Amino acid sequence: MENMVQTAMQNVNFAAIMPSLVLSCFCLALLLLNAFVKRGSTSYAAVISLVALGATACVSYLAWDNPQFGFAGQVALDNYAVFFNFIFILAAALSILMSDAYLKREGYPVGEYYTLILFSTVGAMLMASGTDMMTIFLGLEVMSIALYVLAGFFRRQLRSNEAGLKYFLLGAFSTGFLLYGIALIYGVTGTTNVADIGSYLAMNHHIVGDPILIGGMILLATGFLFKIAIVPFHMWTPDVYEGAPTPITAFMSAGPKAAAFAAFMRVFLIGLGSMHSTWVGLLWVLAVLTMIVGNFIAIKQTNLKRMLAYSSIAHAGYALVGLVASNAVGVSAVLFYMLAYTLMNIGAFAILVLAGKVGEDNLTLQGFAGFGYKRPVLAVLFTICLFSLMGIPPSAGFTGKFFIFAGALNAGYVWLAVLGVLNSAVSLYYYLRVMVYMYFRSPEEEFDWVQLKPGATLCAVISVVGVLFLGIVPGAVMALARQALF
Amino acid sequence: MSEHILSLMTFFPLLGMLIILMLPGRKGGLLKSTTLAITLITFIISLPLALDPVFKTSGAMHYTEFAPWISVGDYFQMNYSVGIDGISLWLVLLTTFIMPITVLSTWQAVDKNVKGFMALMLLLETAMLGAFISLDLFLFYIFWELMLIPMYFMIGIWGGASRIYAAVKFFIYTAVGSLLMLVAIIYLYYYAVNTGGMVNGFSVSDFYNLTLHPELQKWLFLAFAFSFAIKVPMFPVHTWLPDAHTEAPTAGSVILAAVMLKMGTYGYLRFAMPLFPDALQQFLPWLAALSVIGIVYGALVAMMQKDVKKLVAYSSVSHLGFVMLGLFALNNIGVSGAILQMVNHGISTGALFLIVGFIYERRHTRLISEFGGLSKQMPIFAVIFMIVTLSSIGLPALNGFVGEFMILLGAFESELRWFAVVATSGVVLSAVYMLWMYQRVMFGKLDNPKNQNLKDLSVREVCIMLPLLVFIFWIGVYPNTFLEKMEPAVNQALSQISGEARAQAYMPVCNDTEPQAKCPHTHGLDAQGDADLRL
Repeated sequence: MENMVQTAMQNVNFAAIMPSLVLSCFCLALLLLNAFVKRGSTSYAAVISLVALGATACVSYLAWDNPQFGFAGQVALDNYAVFFNFIFILAAALSILMSDAYLKREGYPVGEYYTLILFSTVGAMLMASGTDMMTIFLGLEVMSIALYVLAGFFRRQLRSNEAGLKYFLLGAFSTGFLLYGIALIYGVTGTTNVADIGSYLAMNHHIVGDPILIGGMILLATGFLFKIAIVPFHMWTPDVYEGAPTPITAFMSAGPKAAAFAAFMRVFLIGLGSMHSTWVGLLWVLAVLTMIVGNFIAIKQTNLKRMLAYSSIAHAGYALVGLVASNAVGVSAVLFYMLAYTLMNIGAFAILVLAGKVGEDNLTLQGFAGFGYKRPVLAVLFTICLFSLMGIPPSAGFTGKFFIFAGALNAGYVWLAVLGVLNSAVSLYYYLRVMVYMYFRSPEEEFDWVQLKPGATLCAVISVVGVLFLGIVPGAVMALARQALF
Repeated sequence: MSEHILSLMTFFPLLGMLIILMLPGRKGGLLKSTTLAITLITFIISLPLALDPVFKTSGAMHYTEFAPWISVGDYFQMNYSVGIDGISLWLVLLTTFIMPITVLSTWQAVDKNVKGFMALMLLLETAMLGAFISLDLFLFYIFWELMLIPMYFMIGIWGGASRIYAAVKFFIYTAVGSLLMLVAIIYLYYYAVNTGGMVNGFSVSDFYNLTLHPELQKWLFLAFAFSFAIKVPMFPVHTWLPDAHTEAPTAGSVILAAVMLKMGTYGYLRFAMPLFPDALQQFLPWLAALSVIGIVYGALVAMMQKDVKKLVAYSSVSHLGFVMLGLFALNNIGVSGAILQMVNHGISTGALFLIVGFIYERRHTRLISEFGGLSKQMPIFAVIFMIVTLSSIGLPALNGFVGEFMILLGAFESELRWFAVVATSGVVLSAVYMLWMYQRVMFGKLDNPKNQNLKDLSVREVCIMLPLLVFIFWIGVYPNTFLEKMEPAVNQALSQISGEARAQAYMPVCNDTEPQAKCPHTHGLDAQGDADLRL
């Protein structure tokens, strides 16, 4: 017993959890500070949060090409984790940028909001660097609990309440699946360490077909796929995305989704890599289903937030194609795609924040009629984000999809790639329709929107610059994604 | 300077777009003249290409530029690789030539949101030029898709009554095809890499040298051919064209007809046919049949149109069918005729759309029944319209004749003889629908009171038409100026399609200092003594 404690202590390496530590300290400080500042202004909290994220980014960067392991193989701050950390930090920072004006408009200027986003980011970072099922589970819970609160943050709004409650109930349920899966796999392999599971299964190849193991794998996949919103575990997404505060929707669709992908890929490619042939067929079917369901239901939507929710389901399907490919190109493409999606989707949501009125009832197709003439610059930014979501060059969405499908084709999944691009073709319709309303129709009523808010505008501009940068010269970032493979 | 002429020409309009975006939006005149100046400068930049005699003797790529662009370890490599040969030369020049003309045509037609329109025009010019000069399939795809965006907005914002339907249809039709082509492009790349083929990025000339299994060729060819067939457009995927053409503003229709449709035929000649020659042979009768159906069907439908613009749009379907037939003849005369006809169609149909635009600006209708007897009221207009009409029909001594004659001659000489026989009826039909339309619009009694005060063409409008008329006569009387620069490149392409160049690429005749992949270029041209290289 004493021996074990000693080993564990020797294994303590704070450098491996430094980004999470730094961010947590900032979180706690901010939480305390909130108690002393009178309600009504949250700008200070936004600024401190951005500083905190900046500091975390710097700390993460130190670990690039300088991987840190610690806590008896439970945490690894390798390039893979660092790359994902940057995605989370970017998602959080962009969401925070657009939050200040939004919270004031909707009447909830509360500092805890930012703390919760940061805590959620801490959880996401733990998930990406977790190399043990327990760490991953811990990260998932930290991330999710903060998100449950955030989704229901507008406590006087029915929609927001519904979002919070729905997300919590279904989320808790899916976490149960995940835990059960971990338990079953532990039962077969005798370990929760991802790498150990991998080597155990590789050495004992005869148990790969074990029903308990397969059951564990399926339960585990269910837990992750729920967070990623893969069909048929996507039911919560539209309601939660529509009901949650818009910046939180933006954040949820990018950061936590990427976190779930990070953990999912690590567990399935390393831990359950020997079972590849078992799960790959399953994911193939789910990827196709997800793309089809997401895109086809999105066509019917008239509320833009809801439309983007369904589009985000479809995009999760594209990203899953990269995991199905399971080769170097495909997996780095998923990393790249998560970054690209973060930029283009948050950019689109930033425009929604800027264009929305109190209560956001005007975020419908009809409400955007003539937007291109009333707010030409915003409309152009929105248009670029939409073209990127469609996958039209030169944009991050195009290069991202190109890399994903390149991975699939390199692995020989021709039909998957064909179905993927055909789905992209379906998606053209509903994205184009937004532009039809923005540019090809005249406004129905007078516009009386709040004026441009610097934070949200900056967020949109940064996103669009990123989208174009990744679209025109994606080489450098894709090379980083290549180095980020575990 | 001269080695970067292609890049300069391609990206100068993009730079111009940025300038336009910085100008104040209310000054329409300033915006239009700046755009005109930019497109004129682009044309001047491209002129030395036309005067360069090198194209007469060599069918290889010239003015090539190469720079690594996206390079991700062993994943993939994309290059900025451009160049021009006798085939793309004329399409590039057609583009730079037609752009100032279309800008001039917007002087009175576009008064809403001028800044946006001009910016989109310039973006479109960059995309079109880029697509014609790309020698890397990835680069080509980027420009190819980029073209859709400005045209989508031009139709949707400045178009006619059912512009939204037309714009969305245009976008989705073209994008669906190109997405499948994208899969084929990536597949081809990894096939080349995984089978140890020497490829430098998505270089087309390296892909030419791959030996692909016929079954594989079949699928890849279908993906490419489908994508390009939509753009051409070939029957039965042509239905977006009449909508887009009719609803687009005049400038949009002109660009669409003159340049963008040529992307499809160019794509066949540059990519689909030489990359997959075995599959081409397999599908040749079917494709030729579709071309001929397009010729006859387009002409028959054009005959029944009530709207002049729609008539011209359907005539495009018919004319592009001729171009495709010429390409499928796979001999020098047919292919040269097809390329010449691409240019001819650009000039004649572009001119027809301008003419339709002139009368639409005056009367705000395009229905044939609204007109009649205009020749008395507008004599200059009548003469110009007549020349353009005859050029479109293919009257000897005008441009259309040379192209169609060569195409039919080529088709007769090839195994497509019977297709050529049917296609000939298209020539007759085109005379019917064009002359009948001309007669109903221009002759007869001037009995509609609204037509009695129509003004004849202004000096600006005549200036728009004059350069087009010059080329209508020039190509008609002395097509050799164009043909002689095309011929080596056409032979080069044909040897690629027949597999001769591919076979030679593996023979150790190349200069050792040159990478082997480059050899077919330098080598192919001196092997071409024989004009007729079809199988």
